[in-house]
Amino acid sequence: MAHAAEAHHDHHDHKPGFVARWFFSTNHKDIGTLYILFSLVAAIVGVGISFLMRLELQQPGMQIFADGQMWNAYVSAHGLIMVFFVIMPALIGGFGNWFVPIMIGAPDMAFPRLNNISFWLMVPAFLLLTASLFVGEGPGAGWTIYPPLSDNAFHPSPAMDMALFALHLAGASSILGAANFITTIFNMRAPGMTLHKMPLFVWSMLVTAFLLLLAVPVLGGAITMLITDRNFGTAFFDPAGGGDPVLFQHLFWFFGHPEVYIMILPAFGVISHVISTFSKKPVFGYLGMAYAMVAIGVVGFVVWAHHMYTSGIDVDTRAYFMAATMVIAVPTGVKIFSWIATMWGGSLKMETPMLFAVGFIFLFTVGGVTGVVLANAGITQILHNTYYVVAHFHYVLSLGAVFGIYAGIYYWIGKMSGRQYPEKLGKIHFWLTFVGVNLTFFPMHFLGNQGMPRRYPDYPDAMWGWNLISSVGSYISIASFIFFFYVMWVTLRRGEQAAPNYWGEGATTLEWQVSSPPPFHTFDELPRIR
Amino acid sequence: MPASLAGATGGRRGRRAPVVGAGAFGVGGRVRSVIGRISHIWRAAALAVLPFLAAPGAFAQTAAQPMVGAPTPWGMGLQASGGPIKDAISDFNTLVFWIIVGITIFVGLLLAWVLWRYSAARNPTPSQTSHNTALEIAWTVIPVLILIVIAVPSFRLIYYQDRARDAEFTVTVTGHQWYWNYRLPDHGNFAFDSRPVYEEDLRPGQLRNLEVDEPLVIPVGATVRVLTQGVDVIHSFFVPSLGVQKYTIPGRTLETWMRADRPGTYYGQCNQICGVNHWFMPIQIRAVPREEFEAWVASARTRFAHTIPGNEAPALAEGAADTIRIAAARE
Repeated sequence: MAHAAEAHHDHHDHKPGFVARWFFSTNHKDIGTLYILFSLVAAIVGVGISFLMRLELQQPGMQIFADGQMWNAYVSAHGLIMVFFVIMPALIGGFGNWFVPIMIGAPDMAFPRLNNISFWLMVPAFLLLTASLFVGEGPGAGWTIYPPLSDNAFHPSPAMDMALFALHLAGASSILGAANFITTIFNMRAPGMTLHKMPLFVWSMLVTAFLLLLAVPVLGGAITMLITDRNFGTAFFDPAGGGDPVLFQHLFWFFGHPEVYIMILPAFGVISHVISTFSKKPVFGYLGMAYAMVAIGVVGFVVWAHHMYTSGIDVDTRAYFMAATMVIAVPTGVKIFSWIATMWGGSLKMETPMLFAVGFIFLFTVGGVTGVVLANAGITQILHNTYYVVAHFHYVLSLGAVFGIYAGIYYWIGKMSGRQYPEKLGKIHFWLTFVGVNLTFFPMHFLGNQGMPRRYPDYPDAMWGWNLISSVGSYISIASFIFFFYVMWVTLRRGEQAAPNYWGEGATTLEWQVSSPPPFHTFDELPRIR
Repeated sequence: MPASLAGATGGRRGRRAPVVGAGAFGVGGRVRSVIGRISHIWRAAALAVLPFLAAPGAFAQTAAQPMVGAPTPWGMGLQASGGPIKDAISDFNTLVFWIIVGITIFVGLLLAWVLWRYSAARNPTPSQTSHNTALEIAWTVIPVLILIVIAVPSFRLIYYQDRARDAEFTVTVTGHQWYWNYRLPDHGNFAFDSRPVYEEDLRPGQLRNLEVDEPLVIPVGATVRVLTQGVDVIHSFFVPSLGVQKYTIPGRTLETWMRADRPGTYYGQCNQICGVNHWFMPIQIRAVPREEFEAWVASARTRFAHTIPGNEAPALAEGAADTIRIAAARE
């Protein structure tokens, strides 16, 4: 809190003491900050695990992991941590809490205390999941936790129960947060802020909140049944008792597929703002952009079984899911082309957030087109569960959602902290990350084409070459991640004082109308939107 | 069958050189697709852009020399093709590959042009255009058309892959933690376990993590119905070079099929996380001439006679007893 000493002109801006402010917080900006800090801590663990994984895979043979079970547990933890405790808290809890109320001219979230419990549920969830790695055989069933492998016959220790309970807590947090966002956006817009004037980031959060509200309870149901299968003798997923393992897959992916849009839609919102700001132009095709997200959200609910092409679902069912999945490429394409059209005719300044945004557009395109390949059940017959899939979803998440997070942090850090990041260091961070992640994940396409299954700690010797390149790339990525902490440290310690609107004329949303950082209570009176 | 296959491969069949001694339907043993050859020429370019090189390796396989369906060092494309399903997948994948390369290059060039032309230095005054209905319709409709181009052959492919119409015989594949069990109900109903060969037991030339003690043997050119079953957790029976993959799920029997048109050895690995040795339960299928297959069946029926239901020997090794109990439970 280096800026706390700075004299505020607003002498009504009384902040509570440290404990009351950060532990009992009901202020959306403070809770947003907590979410971002939480996400960074979780990222250290999640990225740390990926470092161990790439060390193991750097060469054939078993190097650092004791056995395949330990490997499986760490792989599962990496996936769950990155999804539930890094990307979602940063984009939804972090940026969402910080900027949705400000952008719609609301004084705070609709339910500030619900907001507090949403955050504090995440902490025990994360601790449970991390601790489960050190209990018994660990939660080694992949992030998809398919039974029977996740049943007590094959994972008898409490580790799996801890992981499931962690998911329950994180899920409850998401559902409460989603209800909060929906209520806030529907009821607390400032006078004149109609739905069709809402900034695209708010639109993205609205769609995301609906996806969370409808998808996460299904996961909750599935893992509750799994918990009772494990502990109370039910047989929902056990064929010996009349249950069905494939039922779990349907339930999981009914949640799991919307979940991937939950992770990427907020990033779409961030990217729209960044592109518009640094092009000095309004977003091209605003309505198309907003309803493309709605379309992605709706169609995202009816494509889940494309994760199950080899689970024995009927060929006609596969045909349907194939067609529905390919449809998603259309609204996604609308977004990509609209971003480019926003830049077209603009006056582009390539500062760090914009670098990440342009990087996002290109890399998300790469991840998107491999998604079109995988939509085809015919090809996926031999790409399912291979590294091609790993490459695909890291391109849209590790290079998509994460680039969105970085773009958002560089875009808003001056607003959130009151101190602007050093541009040169930001650019170095971008290029290090860009080179690192591409070197890590691009070769995985080749490994997948060659048939390397995912969740393997050791592989046939012929796959050494690309694995080595990938590992080297991941070391660069991890160096860039550490460098990012240095950039943030420099920013908060020595960054220049940020003006209210440090990006100039291109930045038009409401957060640029208030000081940097915004006063503890953003709006003393509601702004009016023309 | 031939008609559906021709459909699946998008009508490019006529341009392919037939090979003497090809499979019963004239689709096996063909050398390279035309598009495959083009991709060979463009390989250098593709390396620089997007390397989902679809063509099955860039090396022609002749019908005479036994092929190896396995990953190759620095391999970028799909594994070499051993049969018609994989041929069809490769052909279709090549089509999709070039479409996505085109889209990616198009987006990349657009971005590069925009970044260059509309930099603040070159274009200090931004336009404020934010609508163009014709453009917005175009970038909605054109992707739809591209998707239709992909979808039509894609549908043909999945219906072709789905199940065998005239299977010559059936193999029942059961995934176990952590080995495979194969049963041949049409050849005396014997069954056998197929376990991985540990590194220290490998003979020269054998592939680490891919070799098994008892490979499944099938005759070249035979359409084999594959039924997959599970007993403990879910595994996935996955042989990339034959274009086949299916989960083995407890409580279910799933059907798929395969055919090897070129003699050789086809490797695969379990492809669904299944516990501590998920990475060490390889699949090995040898496709051999028919006489050799008959000889193998004769010997296997003797060696695995105790696995034939109703034929159990009184004293058995522990593992074999398990196999029988499971087999009996299923019968």
